[in-house]
Amino acid sequence: MVKLMIDGRQTEAKEGAMVLDVARGLHIHIPTLCAHETVGPYGACRMCMVDITTKSGRKRLVTSCLYPVEEGLTVETNTPRVAAHRKMIIQLLRARCPGNDVLEKMAEQLGAGAPIFPQETSGKNHDCILCSLCTRACAEVVGQSAISFVNRGVEREMAIPFYGDWDACIACGSCAYVCPTGAIKLEDKGGIRSIEMPHNKRQFEMVKCSQCGRYFMPKKQVEWMAKKSGQPVEFFSVCTTCRK
Amino acid sequence: MNKLCSTQELDALRQSIIKKRNVKKTVVNICGGTGCMALGCIDVIKAFHEEVKKQGLADKVEVRATGCPGFCERGTILTIEPSNVFYQKVRKKDVAEVVEKTLSKGELVERLLFPDMNTGKRIENEKDVPFYAKQTRLLLANSSQIDPENIEDYIFFGGYSAMAKALNSMKPEAIIDEVKASGLRGRGGGGFPTGKKWESTREAHGDIKYTICNCDEGDPGAFMDRSLMEGNPHSVLEGMIIGAYAIGSHEGYIYIRNEYPLAVKNAETAIARARELGLLGKNILGSGFDFDIKITRGGGAFVCGESTALMASLEGKVGEPRAKYVHTSEKGLWDRPSNLNNVETWANVPLIINKGAKWFAGIGTAGSKGTKIFSLVGKVRNTGLVEVPMGMTLREIIFEIGGGIPGNKKFKAVQTGGPSGGFIPEKMLDLQVDFDELTRVGSMMGSGAMIVMDESNCMVDMAKYFVNFLLGELCGKCVPCREGMKQLSIILTRITAGEGKMEDLALLENLCNTMKEASLCALGQSAPNPVLTSLHYFRDEWEAHILDKKCPAKVCKPLITYTINEKCPNCGQCIKVCPEQAITAKGKKQPVELNQEKCIKCGSCLDVCKLNAVDVK
Amino acid sequence: MKIPARQIKSSIKSILEKHNNDHGMLVGILQDTQAELGYLPKEAIMEISKQLGLPLTQVYSVATFFKAFSLKPRGRHQIHVCMGTACHVRGADRVLDEIERELGIKSGAHDKDLRFSLETVNCVGACALGPIVVVDEDYAGEMKPEAVKPLLAKYK
Repeated sequence: MVKLMIDGRQTEAKEGAMVLDVARGLHIHIPTLCAHETVGPYGACRMCMVDITTKSGRKRLVTSCLYPVEEGLTVETNTPRVAAHRKMIIQLLRARCPGNDVLEKMAEQLGAGAPIFPQETSGKNHDCILCSLCTRACAEVVGQSAISFVNRGVEREMAIPFYGDWDACIACGSCAYVCPTGAIKLEDKGGIRSIEMPHNKRQFEMVKCSQCGRYFMPKKQVEWMAKKSGQPVEFFSVCTTCRK
Repeated sequence: MNKLCSTQELDALRQSIIKKRNVKKTVVNICGGTGCMALGCIDVIKAFHEEVKKQGLADKVEVRATGCPGFCERGTILTIEPSNVFYQKVRKKDVAEVVEKTLSKGELVERLLFPDMNTGKRIENEKDVPFYAKQTRLLLANSSQIDPENIEDYIFFGGYSAMAKALNSMKPEAIIDEVKASGLRGRGGGGFPTGKKWESTREAHGDIKYTICNCDEGDPGAFMDRSLMEGNPHSVLEGMIIGAYAIGSHEGYIYIRNEYPLAVKNAETAIARARELGLLGKNILGSGFDFDIKITRGGGAFVCGESTALMASLEGKVGEPRAKYVHTSEKGLWDRPSNLNNVETWANVPLIINKGAKWFAGIGTAGSKGTKIFSLVGKVRNTGLVEVPMGMTLREIIFEIGGGIPGNKKFKAVQTGGPSGGFIPEKMLDLQVDFDELTRVGSMMGSGAMIVMDESNCMVDMAKYFVNFLLGELCGKCVPCREGMKQLSIILTRITAGEGKMEDLALLENLCNTMKEASLCALGQSAPNPVLTSLHYFRDEWEAHILDKKCPAKVCKPLITYTINEKCPNCGQCIKVCPEQAITAKGKKQPVELNQEKCIKCGSCLDVCKLNAVDVK
Repeated sequence: MKIPARQIKSSIKSILEKHNNDHGMLVGILQDTQAELGYLPKEAIMEISKQLGLPLTQVYSVATFFKAFSLKPRGRHQIHVCMGTACHVRGADRVLDEIERELGIKSGAHDKDLRFSLETVNCVGACALGPIVVVDEDYAGEMKPEAVKPLLAKYK
């Protein structure tokens, strides 16, 4: 266990814990966009930056999602420069995806004021802020790695390989679940699941519960679960409600 | 050749090479580097082989293709042993004469000797050529006499003796102490104390550790590493073997940028030759130490010069950097302790081991020891590679070695550190080149590119150039860099198009501040340097663009106009070269007319007009 | 002209053998594949993913991240115009403009006869002799717009 101070409060934490998680445990609010409890940290949005002073007196700005706690660490989660950088970051993001409710709400909470950059009016970014939560969920939680970032730099996009190869996608919807800005839309209707990603969309046949007749899961996901577990497909053709 | 199994056997081989070399034999050393390739050196080398044979001199004259001597402005360069005659600007058509006059009879071909800039007098020997006279060539000393494909040349000059000393008579901790005491700091740009990095890696937990050489050299304008890797690859290998032994690593990688095919080829050849002699592989020189090196190529990404991005690329992933809160010396490649150093850093190691930390620390300044190779390019007379002790002033490098600004133009700025560095104006020319001094004024040492600018360069355009360069190279992972660089580019484009406002400058400074402090890696963190130093030292130019809608250097196309004046006699030359057919003849002896709507300000008419009839306002 | 699937499969098999099926050498594997096939066809990327046991997304991401790779067929001759700083201050833009004009294409594309592919590159390290244009393995230094036409004429 190590002893550290966050916003004037003394606390203890296990070695290897990240400052962000420890702060959250103390109900100290640190805004994030690319962090989620189900996947490993990435450090791309920079919103969770905090001012730290190490035991030896070294002062730094670090992303709290990736900074491991240290003995004698002092953390300040909302210094003037941290606040200024968060405002600038949200300004950059709202210029990228103008009119997005989540980003506008965050801008308001951070006191960012009116937009200061020209807004991207073409809609080409489709509300995607490249936080990588979807790709990490698909790789780390589901284990399919069906989606990834393609191209480099300002051309970077989240996409299916070749913008059309949906083989590895099991339509489980984990990506839509973790997406912070609503850039991935999922809709189940009439036995069809529609997944709309920023640059690709696809429809997936769903399977009916053999007991109640309700459409409850995409066929591809059922087949994947059967393959992974070695159980027959029929085993998974009962919805969770009917299973109880 | 048989594997060498001890220091004694290496020494014996060296003695036999020295004996074999007939120092009285005439050798013509011709630069085979990439720079001279662009000037036709391959044809020159081929022609020498043919002519020497043709003129019956094959048993008296040796033709050797060597590494880069660094004076690229004057390529193709050749030096002749033992007379030390130095010929420059050699072309294929000169070869027969050189063979016949100089190699055969010892007579000089005057026009190929270097002409003194002021007197025009021809200089015979390399050491008297001003470009070289003021340099302290330690790393580049032997490049012009070593055939990079021949390991014997390297051994002849004492190569691998430092490695033998280290492996067979020093303990790893002692080697690290020596490198620490020398004060060697990383030559790739970071300037981190090398010995300290080695020590951290040695102390890190884990049996498998990696030794990596960063030859990505992405800074445009920098080619020191190219020259070392192409021209003297064994010096790098030797440094790496010593370093690997010191940290306890048995696997090494040399990451060479994709755009350096000759460096890749020569490094692969050097490794093969070293393996044959048992200088790489198992039980090196009978020391019991195993170490081998693999070459990997970059894929065309500047960001892969950043150490964690490079390591990601070595893992078969995209070249995305990651946070370095846990150092790569603890968790690097494949999450294992990894020691990454730049090419030039590695090449310094054998010198330090052989001549000692005290010798090395005696060169340079208090905070920056040893020499540094700079690539002096741009608006300077003598362009090429310059190796000087740390602490020499910018003025000495640019004017005394570089020969000053050509065409009687005035010096305006020098940019050091590549896209991560800053512009340094004339009033600071007496600054000493030193890691901390350069950082103090807003620039940085970087890898060593030194780009000189004159009055015809626009400092706002140069800032825009670097931002656009980085815009095409950034990885795209973090928001401040990706979105910030985009917005910086938009602002700079507006300013250079005459659409800037004074409020843009405050926004620009705020944005730069966030990029500097909040970006994930050094690419984004240092991207503001060229912009902020340009704004700080050349604010009048920025204000001219914004308030007067003028470009004082006459570079920014939307702000300049080409016109034809009354001196034009309608010779028709400009009409021929205009790519947009924007120029039309009006009549005999009347000036031609330039259609402003069609004019793209390419400058072709200005280039071709011999009568000063084209004005740029 | 499409490359037969059989040929792609066997090319990749031998390339992977050469690299000991080492995941870490993916960039090198892609480079060798491109050198052999002329570019990186979709089938090649899928085959590498299959034979190496790497997710298709990883191979595709790496192939699209690095500038050295082309997922579209390229011309017989590769033209690379250096846009590094030293070349820029000596007028590389004008040389590029002239090449684009001469071939009727923009950089990043190939001409309609697949004779040339044109790319910009950020520094080949011959900085003292800019502007530099590299065609295949030949370096041309101190390039001027008027030297473009004679240079290109050398390559069929």
